[in-house]
Amino acid sequence: MIKLLGIVIIVIGFILKLDTIAVVIAAGVVTGLVGGLNFGEILDILGEAFVTNRYMTVFFVTLPAIGLLERYGLKERAAELIGKLKAATAGKILSIYMVIRTIAAALSLRIGGHVEFIRPLIYPMAEGAARNKYGDIPEEAVEDIKGMSAAVENYGNFYGQNVFIAAGGVLLIVGTLNELGFQVTEKEVANASIPIAVIAVLLAIIQFRIYDKKIEKIMEGNK
Amino acid sequence: MALEILYILSGIVSLITGIYSFRDDTLETRFGTGLFWVILSITFIFGRILPAKFVGILVLLMGVLTATKQVKIGSFKEVSEEFKIEKSKILGNKLFIPVLSIAIFAFVIGQFTSLGGLVGMGIGAIVATVSGLIITKASANEAIEEGNRLLQQVGPFSILPQLLAALGALFNAAGVGEVIASGISKVVPTGNIVFGVIAYCVGMAVFTMIMGNAFAAFAVITAGIGVPFVYSQGANPAIAGALALTAGYCGTLLTPMAANFNIVPAAILEMKDKNKVIKTQAPIALTLLVIHIILMLVWAF
Repeated sequence: MIKLLGIVIIVIGFILKLDTIAVVIAAGVVTGLVGGLNFGEILDILGEAFVTNRYMTVFFVTLPAIGLLERYGLKERAAELIGKLKAATAGKILSIYMVIRTIAAALSLRIGGHVEFIRPLIYPMAEGAARNKYGDIPEEAVEDIKGMSAAVENYGNFYGQNVFIAAGGVLLIVGTLNELGFQVTEKEVANASIPIAVIAVLLAIIQFRIYDKKIEKIMEGNK
Repeated sequence: MALEILYILSGIVSLITGIYSFRDDTLETRFGTGLFWVILSITFIFGRILPAKFVGILVLLMGVLTATKQVKIGSFKEVSEEFKIEKSKILGNKLFIPVLSIAIFAFVIGQFTSLGGLVGMGIGAIVATVSGLIITKASANEAIEEGNRLLQQVGPFSILPQLLAALGALFNAAGVGEVIASGISKVVPTGNIVFGVIAYCVGMAVFTMIMGNAFAAFAVITAGIGVPFVYSQGANPAIAGALALTAGYCGTLLTPMAANFNIVPAAILEMKDKNKVIKTQAPIALTLLVIHIILMLVWAF
């Protein structure tokens, strides 16, 4: 049970809103110590994992280009394009992205990403649609649109990917189950992942509709 | 090798932010902030050749800097809204060419070569920077300034995914997974399919929330809970296995531990509330978790 001390530290740290990075490091060090590792071994694991997971942070290389384009009006342009579609709403734009993102994930097409797609294109389009409809929108609505824009990427990515027969998740399921003595094939697992992918798309579209209504209500309240 | 070059380039972006921070007179904590970004750049540029222990010490140092509130957002030039609107009118849809080139290179290279999507993204980023400079006729300095601005806005949270991966490695080494799996299996009544399925799906989601990673949870929870309570009761393994992993993803949507999906995007989109992404996702995640349980019960048995 004492091995769960690290989890307790994380929970308390998040509740007290302590510095996240320091809390995570403290939890790791404590877990290592109560798990019987010495300080040198903990440093080794910390350092090695940090270096092997650098790939999670390589989006840094895209920042100069995206920043430059933003300085020269990328968001404004995306918003203007969407403005030409009179019926567009933030929710509709995000629903379309959800469908495309899920199908792409199912086909293993690597379309998406918060840095590559959401910040430069999808979010400005969604916000542009709302601004086009209502003019100036309050901060609360802007935050909602940002939240949805980040979420749609996760929904499409997570629930679409296992429909692809050679997805990492599918291979993991097959490998783990075979090792435990249950015979399954990649094709069976990929097929079994289809219903949840479809349900996730439907739920996302419902959520985006609800948000559209919420934004409408906020705007009416402001009039 | 190509990936290592990409890490070096990322390190250079961080190094530039470090230098800008050191030089930023308006920033009270400029020394700590600059040090943070320079240390990070060292782990990126020299990560492969540095001893792991030394990197571990550098990581601890970064933690000390953020814990003592030494890392803050500096100042940078912001251009006016009028400038942006005017430029967007002049440049028109050409502005999309560089952005799309990031996406297209990531896609094509990831899809059709053995280099992988990340390397594709890196090449795309270089193409985007060069084509962006040509299209906007901006100076290279402006791109560097803008890279600094965005990285400062994303802030120290950018290292959270890597740190959480390290935390996962430490949890694994300490055997946290086994403790949780045995804890859950003690409270589940044996022989009851409904409780077994609930324990398997909820266990996947909860353990994923703790580890921040459904892949890490899958092997532990499947061996500890899935096999005794679900598979050995006659579940179709392909269906139960597929649903168990995506039940884990419901946990991913709910946890700050999955920082690169939930916390970093909040920083990238400059949200006021860094938990806003999780709050937005919570209703969908919980609904989907219930659907997973029902689906596994009616479809896998």
